[in-house]
Amino acid sequence: MNKDFFQGYKGEALKILKKFNVRVWGIAEIDTSRGLFKGTVLPRAENDDDKHIVIKIATGYNIGVATNTIKTIKEIGYLKANYKIPEQEFPFTEHLPNVKLIGTGGTIASRLDYRTGAVIPAFSPGELYGAVPELADICNLDTEKVFAVFSENMGPDQYKQLAIAIGKEIEKGVDGIVIGHGTDTLHHTATALSFMVQNSPVPIILVGSQRSSDRPSSDAALNLMHACYAAGHGDIAEVCVCMFGPTSDEYGFLHRGTRVRKMHSSYRSAFRTLGDTPLATVRVGEVKALKNNFNHRRKDRNVEIYPFFEDRVSMIYFYPHMHSDTIDSLVDLGYKGIIIIGTGLGHVNKELYPAIERAKEKGVAIYMTVQTLWGYVHMFVYETGRELLAMGVIPLENMLPEAAFIKLGWALGQTNDLEKVKKIMLSPVIDEITLREPYNGYLVYQGGVPEVEEFIKKFRK
Amino acid sequence: MNKQFDPHKNYEKTRKNIGFVPLKKASLKDWKRIGFMSGLEVHQQLKTSRKLFCRCPAGVYQDHDDFDGEIIRHMRPTLSEMGEYDGTALMEFRTRKEIVYRLNNKTACTYDIDDTPPFKINQEALQYALEISLLSNLNIVGEVHITRKQYLDGSIPTGFQRTAILGVEGDIQLSNKKIRLIQLSIEEDSCREISDIGHTRIYKTDRLGIPLIETVTYPDMLSPYELQEAAEYIRFLNRSTGRVRTGIGTGREDTNVSCRGGTRVEIKGVSHNSWLPLLSHNEAFRQYALLAIKDLLLKKIQNIKIWKITSTELSDNKIETIYPPIHEAIKAGFKVIGVNLPGFQSILSHFTQPGKVFADEITDRLKVIACLEKPNMVYSESFYQKELNLEFPEIRKLLDAGDEDAQIILWGPSEDIPTALETIEERCKMAFEGVPGETRKSFEDGTTIFERVLPGADRMYPDTDSAPIPLADDFIAKLGENLPIPVFKRLQQMQDCGIPEDTHKYLLKKNLLPLIDRICDELGYSQKYIGTFLGHYYRHMEGQKDPHPEFSYNKIYGLFSFLKKKRLDPELAKSMLGILVDHPNMEFNSVLTSLNFRKLKTEALLAPVGFLIEKFREIRRSEEETKTKKWLMGQLRKQAIGNISLREFSHLVEKEINAYNHSKDDNYPD
Repeated sequence: MNKDFFQGYKGEALKILKKFNVRVWGIAEIDTSRGLFKGTVLPRAENDDDKHIVIKIATGYNIGVATNTIKTIKEIGYLKANYKIPEQEFPFTEHLPNVKLIGTGGTIASRLDYRTGAVIPAFSPGELYGAVPELADICNLDTEKVFAVFSENMGPDQYKQLAIAIGKEIEKGVDGIVIGHGTDTLHHTATALSFMVQNSPVPIILVGSQRSSDRPSSDAALNLMHACYAAGHGDIAEVCVCMFGPTSDEYGFLHRGTRVRKMHSSYRSAFRTLGDTPLATVRVGEVKALKNNFNHRRKDRNVEIYPFFEDRVSMIYFYPHMHSDTIDSLVDLGYKGIIIIGTGLGHVNKELYPAIERAKEKGVAIYMTVQTLWGYVHMFVYETGRELLAMGVIPLENMLPEAAFIKLGWALGQTNDLEKVKKIMLSPVIDEITLREPYNGYLVYQGGVPEVEEFIKKFRK
Repeated sequence: MNKQFDPHKNYEKTRKNIGFVPLKKASLKDWKRIGFMSGLEVHQQLKTSRKLFCRCPAGVYQDHDDFDGEIIRHMRPTLSEMGEYDGTALMEFRTRKEIVYRLNNKTACTYDIDDTPPFKINQEALQYALEISLLSNLNIVGEVHITRKQYLDGSIPTGFQRTAILGVEGDIQLSNKKIRLIQLSIEEDSCREISDIGHTRIYKTDRLGIPLIETVTYPDMLSPYELQEAAEYIRFLNRSTGRVRTGIGTGREDTNVSCRGGTRVEIKGVSHNSWLPLLSHNEAFRQYALLAIKDLLLKKIQNIKIWKITSTELSDNKIETIYPPIHEAIKAGFKVIGVNLPGFQSILSHFTQPGKVFADEITDRLKVIACLEKPNMVYSESFYQKELNLEFPEIRKLLDAGDEDAQIILWGPSEDIPTALETIEERCKMAFEGVPGETRKSFEDGTTIFERVLPGADRMYPDTDSAPIPLADDFIAKLGENLPIPVFKRLQQMQDCGIPEDTHKYLLKKNLLPLIDRICDELGYSQKYIGTFLGHYYRHMEGQKDPHPEFSYNKIYGLFSFLKKKRLDPELAKSMLGILVDHPNMEFNSVLTSLNFRKLKTEALLAPVGFLIEKFREIRRSEEETKTKKWLMGQLRKQAIGNISLREFSHLVEKEINAYNHSKDDNYPD
């Protein structure tokens, strides 16, 4: 029997299945020292052990049977499941905007194979229509899968491909672009696209989901509806991230691509704008601006695409008693740029000084951001800051560390002239550095305080 | 409508036609006649300190208004493996409910609202559940796979319950038959509903996530009382481990009932086992009635395939009824719709359950599916048609209704009307098929109402957030070492040692048999004495007042141990216990002091006999000598209790009286 008959089984478990001539999808009666078990043999997850065979019993539950308890197995039937997402043609409606959904391989639209637990992506317009029929009332949707990688495996090559694909779509005349993306590095991609795609006449909305769409309470459908609405109908023609505002199914936020960050490992409302307010709230039927300085939608197609990136750029997250070899090794390996994420106002320990000086001598661009995430780098306040400045470390104001990393890669991708790089770095493209931090830009309230508790009780967080 | 048609008479007639018998008058013959079949799903919370998949405390409850925050979720159906939507899922989606969860920081964390993936399963809960699985003779799985079971009613914020099978194919031994068990699962408990009005359903999350087990039987129970016996057995079995929570809401049953030719219908959340017989009996007959309705309809209606309802909007002046809710609905701006059901005359008032008719099946669904609050309709065969002027000839004309048709007038917000009309047509068409698969909500009076469409088997899928948990042989063997004695053996044991039968259920329910064993084995008292003491005396006391929260059964052991050590008679335990349930921390010696107890030798106890006989002679009204002993015992009893067994003492008093009388005889010359 070929390998397909034993999907995922190895070692002991595989030996037993072969011994008793039982296949995956075979309906089996397994006699064990713990009694009789009956069910359909399921594929086994690759990383699980080789000591158990998984079956689905009549009531729909899965159980594992330990190989060392098995006396005999009898295959009494065979029932292979073919899981498929139904496709229905996505309807075209004359007066609705045309939105292009570009897929990158995130979980925004995927379904779970009920039997195996494998994730099956739903992506074609027909599949999406089957899953979220409300989309047809929002826009005419066309989709294209540019590549399929997990969020954490995204990188410069993908940023460039995306930027070019977006440019082409805009030239073709779409009314808005939605990019489905995994959430882990959604903000990195958003920043990269903010620099690589400039002067866009239409909204470019990145969207993901914090709960996969095979769950009834998933945020995927609502996020997708919000994103399609913002892309097709909204007036904000910028690269934005569109994710839940509160954890409740109420409204989404549009975050400016350079100021957004994932701030929780699992919350639906994980994405927050840091150091400023979000651009807008989104509901189906309404994009309500929270800021008034944004780029408006235009009729022309004059988008500018700058697909550059130097990938020998790194980030150093400073910690107490950090040794200088951390920086030395990067320099020795030929890195061209380093973003330091320093403590407080932008500091590192004295032990790093020689390494920093050596790096500067070797022509490595070194920039400073802050671990506090909120607030500006201020290197004149303390002696350490002044010493670092003297060594040539360049403060990046209130640029977020991830944005700084992306921007430095983008800048060094354009030129090796460090003066030009510095000019690029310090001239904001779109709010990666803001002139001022508004009073309501820093909000990290603490629970337990009566007025905060009152707020939490009254409004959905 | 035919003017002679009398809904009351029709109800009585149809009730008789199907041969409905009230439970109290029913016998095995009746259940055999309708082919009664039932199974059980027994839910039982485990006594763990924390929840199943997060570290929130378990068993802490809040009032409805005691919350720190609220969140909103909507549930969307997900596709089944065949690429179709599950029936329940579709229905829940059609109802477009906004689900509000009230969170209290003490009992809910971000896991409860599905904003954090699950933590590793609570080991304490897993062990307890496995012990109960072993006791249920189940085949224990080699590896536990956490599964997601979808619930779109919102009772769980994720939209699914995390659950896992621990064992399959077990059995329990009832008094005269074995009941087979399908499986036992461990799962997280759901939210408690606060309200469900219109399109908003509110839940609180305190109960959510508490470890729960579900024992599922085959449909082996062939009478309502067998069903109750099985439910009680499973409850006693669970409690015998001492690993489960007791109290209101900690144990709940769902029962699956059908009659011959019927469908499996699940009655949810039965909180008292004593309700099971009436609920299951009525449900089997409801199904029997629905089958009778099917036969009637198939005779009356030529082509069921093209059967459909017709409807028309009624403006104010077309509504003749004086029924106030309709006029209120018009005032509220609701739409009022007249519906014609061709061929349904005599069906709407057909008996279904005691006091209920087929029209109730429709109104219940309008509430749940179309979110129309009750009263949401009136119909042409209402029992109150005369009083409410519900014969509506004008509307019949408007709907072009025939003599054999029935009519409904319903009302509600205009956006809910299309769903409402679909719901009516759908339910009527189901009547051609017989009994729709449903879950139903139970009421104390033994009736049920529609809760939702019975979910299909396609709503289970693996939980990709959790790794499988292997259960090694030695781990299972170790858990098997300290299992309690099975319930059926306990029942036999109680019978054998003469513990009165009327105490058995109580002793099992309260899991008092281990205490009896301990008191008897370690202190040498008789099982019968202690069993009776607990099952009669203590139970009575418990029924009179709640013991102090710090009182535990352990105190009873301590009490008997104390009496043993002090060589006091166990009868003293009764009065001491009376004080201990209120003051569980009082020392036993102090309890004795507060009872004015004095340790006395038998001679001292008997010393006043002579004096008391003389006293009694002074005051007695009857010459009867037996009264003397009775009166004396009354006087001496209190001092005697604890010092000597009352039976022995009574014996001695009698002897003493005889001796006294004898000596008096000796002293008086003839």
